[in-house]
Amino acid sequence: MNHLISIEDLDRRDIERIVTQAERFEEVADREIKTLPTLRGRMVLNLFYEASTRTRGSFELAAKRLSADVVNFVASGSSVEKGESLKDTVLTLSAHKPDAIVLRTPWAGASELVSRWCDAAIVNAGDGKHEHPTQALLDVYTLRRRVGAIDGASIWIVGDVAHSRVARSNVLAFQRMGANVTLAGPPTLIPRGIEQLGCEVRYTLEELPGADIVYALRMQRERMSDTWVPSLREYASWYQVNARRLAPRQLLMHPGPVNRGVELSGEVVDSPQALITAQVEAGVVVRMAVLYELLASREARPSAPPASAPRPLVGSRPA
Amino acid sequence: MSAQAPLIGGREAPAELLLRDVHVLDPRARIDARRDVRVREGRIVELAEPGSLDAEPGTRGLAARETGETRAAEQEAGPEQEAGPEWEAGPELVDGEGRLRLLPAFFDPHVHLRTPGQEHKEDIDSGTRAAAAGGFGAVIAMPNTDPVLDSAPLLRSLRDAAARAARVPVGFLPAITRGLLGEQLTEMAELREQGALGFSDDGRPVVSAGMLRKALRYQRLCGGVLSLHEEDPTLSRGGAMHEGALSAALGIGAIPSVAESTMVARDAELAGYEDARVHFQHLSCAASVEAVAAAKARGFRVSAEVCPHHLLLSEADVRGLDTNMKMYPPLATDADRRALLEGLRAGTIDCVATDHAPHAREEKEVPFEQAPMGTTGLETAFAALHTGLVLSGEIDLALLVARMSAGAELFALPAPSIAVGRPANLTLVDLEHVWVAGEHGWQSRSANCCFAGRRLQGRVLMTLAAGAIVHRDRALALAGAS
Repeated sequence: MNHLISIEDLDRRDIERIVTQAERFEEVADREIKTLPTLRGRMVLNLFYEASTRTRGSFELAAKRLSADVVNFVASGSSVEKGESLKDTVLTLSAHKPDAIVLRTPWAGASELVSRWCDAAIVNAGDGKHEHPTQALLDVYTLRRRVGAIDGASIWIVGDVAHSRVARSNVLAFQRMGANVTLAGPPTLIPRGIEQLGCEVRYTLEELPGADIVYALRMQRERMSDTWVPSLREYASWYQVNARRLAPRQLLMHPGPVNRGVELSGEVVDSPQALITAQVEAGVVVRMAVLYELLASREARPSAPPASAPRPLVGSRPA
Repeated sequence: MSAQAPLIGGREAPAELLLRDVHVLDPRARIDARRDVRVREGRIVELAEPGSLDAEPGTRGLAARETGETRAAEQEAGPEQEAGPEWEAGPELVDGEGRLRLLPAFFDPHVHLRTPGQEHKEDIDSGTRAAAAGGFGAVIAMPNTDPVLDSAPLLRSLRDAAARAARVPVGFLPAITRGLLGEQLTEMAELREQGALGFSDDGRPVVSAGMLRKALRYQRLCGGVLSLHEEDPTLSRGGAMHEGALSAALGIGAIPSVAESTMVARDAELAGYEDARVHFQHLSCAASVEAVAAAKARGFRVSAEVCPHHLLLSEADVRGLDTNMKMYPPLATDADRRALLEGLRAGTIDCVATDHAPHAREEKEVPFEQAPMGTTGLETAFAALHTGLVLSGEIDLALLVARMSAGAELFALPAPSIAVGRPANLTLVDLEHVWVAGEHGWQSRSANCCFAGRRLQGRVLMTLAAGAIVHRDRALALAGAS
């Protein structure tokens, strides 16, 4: 694996290899000294065009646990605000010879594009509404730790599918691991054609009791101003996952941050069925495994190219 | 009411040319036969049996090169922009060997020359060079420039610029509404007096039905075809590709085909009610073809165009998120593509237009959702359609030729025709020549072509526009004097 851009590029064995590696790193997390020397001398660059504390922090911690050097580059307040293009930013930062670039942008396909512009391993930390593959991997990991295999399990992803990169990556990852995925939400927030990913689509939660795992998506408040749904109140009354709708045998997941009282009621967030904290914990070890997968077998990049001999300003120029 | 000739520009030097034993194909003139064709002082003066006309002494001979020879010549020429060598004045002879086709020059009713204001993408010189290289004898330029072409003084200065710089004649469609804002009509009557061929808000729709109706009524005073970009912005807003399984999977904002087809249906209805003449630009889906067919069946004075990319590509080609595949209207389904092809065959769609929309490299070298809409098309239109539709047996060559030159009559201009006494508007093509689009650069200032890198068969060797030779391809070599 050279990059992690989309779950589409992975098969079940790839996913299993990464989560198995994450399990090995889990043991380290319980030790007194939590760092491994594996990626000593390597540089991981976090390049974030969108606000993110969790994902960026999780990647930073993962890189540091593996003894890599970490540089954070946040697009706001930087040359990007002065009009620098994505390409120029990437080329400029590439001059520092990062071994990996963790990239989050609001644009689908940006990670793929960046992978063509530089030599670093690219980790997609979210590209527009397209994909967020490390989230899907940590969700698979979380389920594996809690319930083992998910072959044949019914997983419902509930909420604003249209604007969710988590939904797209998770549909692909859960399917690859053998689960049956159903997408549920208001018809205005379920894109036409999404069922061709091989999942079921439902516009009510009537059949939710059949689910083994309920994965709620964040309902962003700005969707209200675009009138995707009539009101948060109506949304909550039809789609909120609460104690009335969630049976005791069902597990609950959410990519965070949670809007209590909107997509989830407070009592289910705090219930033992909720894996939400476990998901956050899984973030670090899974991202360690991803960096390990991409970098450990890769040769370190030369720190500086040999300086070329200075050429005279005039004369002796090749014709 | 138009006081000025609507087409302006082109080269001064009238051609002196003998095309010997070329296969003349002009569906309009009902010719499909080998002929000798003599052009004198820019006019077709003789059409005779092959081998019956003699060249004057001192005539330079030209012959078609094979693919390999052309590639070598292009490699040697490097990035130099001029396609063929510029020869001094004097009569020329091309030996078609019974094989080269002589066609009426193509006519493109929809190009963006980006002048004024966006000359980093294209200008009148580069855009009309691209047209000439693609076999087009005339083009119609759209007004979504900066500033918008919406006033008579600007039209006058643009026509002056075209008179100096245009390699093929150019017609201009000033805006229907000032600034393309959809709020107030331009001074359409004065613009017509100053040579406006018609009007268009291309790049944007006329959103308000009431505003469009005013323009349709005003047409009774000033004439001029209204050329309509159809898009309901409340349906297309935020969209970057066609709505379907692929947009859902990629999480990219989508444009449903109904964003176009509902507006085509609305405006056809309005045109019928006002008995006005409208032309629908760049149809992209089956429902729009049906709406145009229904309007024609009711006797409404509507016409329609389709672009090569909508006839040859579909949303599946967007999967790699190549920004050259991003255009409005977006590439739709294969079923839509087939409906467009059927519409072209049946005549529901009257003509081919390229919607040649150049964008600078840095503008397109960005994530898909950020990229501007548009693909260039002038230099590849014929070769791509010949390769994709004629060679595959979808349509015959005569139909393609007819549809590629039909745009002129739709805008009340004389159709290019191969007949004695007519000005030479001719395109000489080698149907066997295979080349790779963009391999050795473009005449256009921009390279954002959706067909770039594709193997195409069929190459324009020479173009004559309004009596002058405007393009000699590198695939044409000097073959010695006779």
